[in-house]
Amino acid sequence: MARRHLRIGAGAGFQGDRLEPAVVLASQGELDYLVLECLAERTVALAQRERLRDPSAGYDPLLETRMEALLPIIARNRVRLITNMGAANPRGAGRKAAEIARRLGLNLRIAVVTGDDVSARMRSDMTTLESGRPLRDYGELVSANAYLGADTLQPALARAADVIITGRVADPSLFLAPMIFEFGWKLDDWDHLAQGTIIGHLLECAGQVSGGYFADPGLKDVPDLAHLGFPFADVDSDGFGVISKVPGTGGAVNARTVKEQLLYEVTDPTGYVTPDVVSDFRSVRIAEVGKDRVAVGGATGHPRTDTLKVSVGYHAGWIGEGEMSYAGANARARAGLAAEVLQERLGADIPSLRIDLIGIDAAHHTSFGYPHDPYEVRLRVAGRTETRDHAERIGWEVEALATNGPAGGGGFWRHVSDRIGIVSTLIPRAEVLTAAAIVEAGREAKAR
Amino acid sequence: MKRKLASLAHCRAGDKGDTLILSLFPFRDEDFPMLAEKVTADAVKAHLAHIVRGAVLRYELPNLPALQFVCERALETGVTTSLALDPHGKTMSYALLEMEV
Repeated sequence: MARRHLRIGAGAGFQGDRLEPAVVLASQGELDYLVLECLAERTVALAQRERLRDPSAGYDPLLETRMEALLPIIARNRVRLITNMGAANPRGAGRKAAEIARRLGLNLRIAVVTGDDVSARMRSDMTTLESGRPLRDYGELVSANAYLGADTLQPALARAADVIITGRVADPSLFLAPMIFEFGWKLDDWDHLAQGTIIGHLLECAGQVSGGYFADPGLKDVPDLAHLGFPFADVDSDGFGVISKVPGTGGAVNARTVKEQLLYEVTDPTGYVTPDVVSDFRSVRIAEVGKDRVAVGGATGHPRTDTLKVSVGYHAGWIGEGEMSYAGANARARAGLAAEVLQERLGADIPSLRIDLIGIDAAHHTSFGYPHDPYEVRLRVAGRTETRDHAERIGWEVEALATNGPAGGGGFWRHVSDRIGIVSTLIPRAEVLTAAAIVEAGREAKAR
Repeated sequence: MKRKLASLAHCRAGDKGDTLILSLFPFRDEDFPMLAEKVTADAVKAHLAHIVRGAVLRYELPNLPALQFVCERALETGVTTSLALDPHGKTMSYALLEMEV
């Protein structure tokens, strides 16, 4: 029989997120589901590159750490775990999770969802959404992953998996999936799907709705930010939700934190497109209903699109960077002279060269008329190059300022990285074939 | 008398590719009509002339209340290939709050 109420927690909002708040949430949150969202746009492409080097790799590098900490707790508290930590290798991640569960003596059923990797379906004439140019203009592709929807998790939920590991799934869909399953929502029940999507969107960045990335001393104070608690939502079968957090944890859930997160990264609040539904935020209502409890309701939904968005990774050359600090009298002028010198030494070979003064205009290209020169400034140089050698030259020339530049430069740093760029395209849904499988991790699992 | 937005509103920045998204919320709901009148898409485009090279689109959400600014070609091709110190443009929320109304 369909349930009336669910509590879903967010235990990670990005790949490197803090572990401790997830442990607190899983232990004390009285959750039904715990969702770990760990895949940024570029993460799958980087993971795909890892998998090319080692076929058993390509899943989230923190999978083992998170699973070892959380699996005993979710087994004890009967919480089901959903995560996209599969990245470029959900099957490998599933095997690893099963191995960890077995080692810890836990009887957990682990499922993987596959099919987001659509690299075999990419054609060079497909149009990219960012530039309108065809994919072929971006050279050699590293990866192509479709954003899957909540529908693709339903078979794994129906097979009573305790842990569901996916690759690329749209972030809110990870949260919407258990609502659809437990409440029996139809996949064309657009208003309910929109409401669930909004709640998922509010939770997907974990601590960012419970007071993280919000504090501004004196204007927007957040209590005990150091012990920021991660959020959960109490959702009912009508799609009405209350965002909250575990009592005693730091942070705050109030109308302001929820509003900031509601509109975060939303390019069209009148039609927020996810694989499941197109959601309209104009009817959303937000109300504080208790200490650290905020009610959210009223989203309206429209039919989902016929296509899925695909995130395509491509080789984007190299980036070289270097930095040097100047402090005290005339610091800005000395840093400015260093910038001129570097432009002269590097500019001809590296046309993309960008030089900023950190403390003056590096973040916003201007300081909006702030009148005073700071006591110290940090010179920053960056350039995009075709080859590693050219990228290395940038850091070397910054280092050489030590004996070949203006007076008093110090605190030198340099870095080189190869870049994977990301562009998007659309693929018809029918071309994306997904599957769910229970991981058979050894005799114990098979015998069950 | 002109005041900085920082004293009237809070803001969060987000990114999607080369698009910068700025969400602006008045501290007091009753200031929303004034912000809606003064903080137009054109005013934001002029204020962020050093940052935003493309169009600025504004959505009004009186139900929250909030203004959402979607700024195109603002992140030097986007986080994955940008040379900027802050490739996500996460600090840009405070660039908008420097605006005077």
